[in-house]
Amino acid sequence: MAEVEETLKRIQTQKGVQGIIIVTAEGIPIRSTLDNASTVQYAGLIQQLVMKARVTVREMDPQNDLTFLRIRSKKNEIMIAPDKDYFLIVIQNPTD
Amino acid sequence: MEIVYVYARRRCDFGRPCNFSDRPAELHVDVLPDPALAADFVRRDPCDVAVQCAQEMSEHEVNTERFESEARGINHVEGGWPKDINPQEMEQTIRFRKKVEKDENYLNTVMQLGTLMEHCIKQNNAIDIYQEYFEDEEEMVDSRERPSAKTINVFRDPNEVKRTATSLSWHPDGSRKLAIAYSCLEFQRAAKNMSFDSYIWDIENPSCPEMTLKPASPLVCLEYNPKDSHILLGGSYNGQIGYWDTRKGSQPVETSAIEHGHRDPVYKAIWLQSKTGTDTFSASTDGQVLWWDIRKMSEPTERLVLDLGRKGNLDNALGAISLEFESTMPTKFMVGTEQGLVVSCNRKAKTPAEKIVCTYSGHHGPIYALQRNPFFPKNFLTVADWTARIWSEDIKESSIMWTKYHMSYLMDGCWSPVRPSVFFTVKMDGTLDVWDYLFKHNDPTLSLKVCDEGLFSLRVQDSGALLACGSQLGTATLLEVSPDLSTMQRNEKALATAMFERETKREKILEARQREMRVKERSRSEQSKEDEGRDTDAGDESAEQLLARAERDFFEIVGAELKKRELEAGQEQIGAEECLPLQVKDVCDEEDR
Repeated sequence: MAEVEETLKRIQTQKGVQGIIIVTAEGIPIRSTLDNASTVQYAGLIQQLVMKARVTVREMDPQNDLTFLRIRSKKNEIMIAPDKDYFLIVIQNPTD
Repeated sequence: MEIVYVYARRRCDFGRPCNFSDRPAELHVDVLPDPALAADFVRRDPCDVAVQCAQEMSEHEVNTERFESEARGINHVEGGWPKDINPQEMEQTIRFRKKVEKDENYLNTVMQLGTLMEHCIKQNNAIDIYQEYFEDEEEMVDSRERPSAKTINVFRDPNEVKRTATSLSWHPDGSRKLAIAYSCLEFQRAAKNMSFDSYIWDIENPSCPEMTLKPASPLVCLEYNPKDSHILLGGSYNGQIGYWDTRKGSQPVETSAIEHGHRDPVYKAIWLQSKTGTDTFSASTDGQVLWWDIRKMSEPTERLVLDLGRKGNLDNALGAISLEFESTMPTKFMVGTEQGLVVSCNRKAKTPAEKIVCTYSGHHGPIYALQRNPFFPKNFLTVADWTARIWSEDIKESSIMWTKYHMSYLMDGCWSPVRPSVFFTVKMDGTLDVWDYLFKHNDPTLSLKVCDEGLFSLRVQDSGALLACGSQLGTATLLEVSPDLSTMQRNEKALATAMFERETKREKILEARQREMRVKERSRSEQSKEDEGRDTDAGDESAEQLLARAERDFFEIVGAELKKRELEAGQEQIGAEECLPLQVKDVCDEEDR
């Protein structure tokens, strides 16, 4: 438990990090540093995207698997670390 | 050898019921093989026979009815929770979360993902991997790609009875919307059940219009207010002007009274530049140009009768078909008439007689489009009969440049708002022409057949890349032009300035020449009259004297033309000029014969 807290805190204190969300594979947010509405939105949308990305990678080569997903937008970058049961989502505003 | 078997029946036996009976087979003919016949044939070896074992297929074209689609949003609510937990209950959700957090799998996973994530975050902070290198350098657009335009969307008139799309207007901010006025311009041809509505379309959604405008009579022209994008001005077929507010619904907010309006369809109505943003003026073929303030539509604020005799006589007035107003020159405006004259007027004149400043003649038919070049306001484009002409304000006798005579009528045209030498025209045979005058004078740079019926109206969006054209059956097509026609090239402004100045100078010289020749003619004819008076044998000119005079005249004309040619050859710089006055060549050719 304490290690988890520590890890999250370490990530949170990195430069430019706007929010962290931990979501289950079904899309239920477990832990979040953002408000509830945004959390739910991110969780729902990103879960679908990760599913799609995973299927894409698998279809190209069945031995392959998705390890990381980065979405760069004009305003920030959404980084998603997927796993079998959970995802870790971090929204960062990279330094210009 | 013919084998024939004859059945015979008596006429009276016809129609009798059949009586079938059995009997053994009978041999009628026995043809035995005759080897002598083989001499007529040649044995072929090998035989080449094509055999295919495939499915038999046939081609058939099917075109379905247009698929109407609508975009709707869906509201998502929180889901994914296991069945026994109610997402609304805070307690249950918190309990679930706490349970997950104690799970060992969770702990391990989060540790792993955390390290991975940290790595990427640090990466981001170290270097911006998406940095644009060489951002400041200008893109060398040196592409030799051919100009092209492609259709993006087609907006069809949803009514059964199709009307012509007579006027288009783009929404002033962002141009996501297009307002189209529909009416039937053919005299008394409008069907009884023809709808009067005009529509505002969202360009992303061609299946149904975003908003309907319901006037009392079909709208012939429609314009968005450039200052306030919710207000539209419409001129209708019965001479009324009305204005709509898109926030207030489909009915016009106010319309002009019929007695004080126009007596013919209002062909063009434009918004004026004013502090209140409510001034407009309109023109119609009844010969009047009326000014209105939309706050009080019951009667016009000012009236001008297009009578060239400056007497304000309506019977002599010229019918107006197009209007032109440039906000950079607020006191002047121009009117294009049905008779082919462009009348330039001054708004601030003291007396109505002084309002009409001058006219430009040169067209043979009604002037359907009139627009000043947005970069060079002294030059304007007119589209009428079978040509499009470019004029300079200073030269009143003729246009400085013109296109050749086309096979079909030109109906509308406009300049490109981003390139000073590019303009577009549409024709009655359904083609859209893009002219780049710095590139080629004789032919359009790009000519596209947009639809089978005639195209009636054309409007370019402010970005210069999109344009919409409306056809006779109410179909508006949205086209996108290739980037080399919608971005300004290097030196384009300087080259275009040089071109316009050169043409203007040429016309001035030609005019001066003409005047000189006329003066010479007049003085010569006066002199010859005096000579004849002095001649004792008046009327006894012998054939030789006549011939001598004819020869003298001929040589004088040839000499004058040659001199003119030399002058022009000296003026020519860049670009071929094929629009040399054809009279010069023709005269010389005739005399050479």
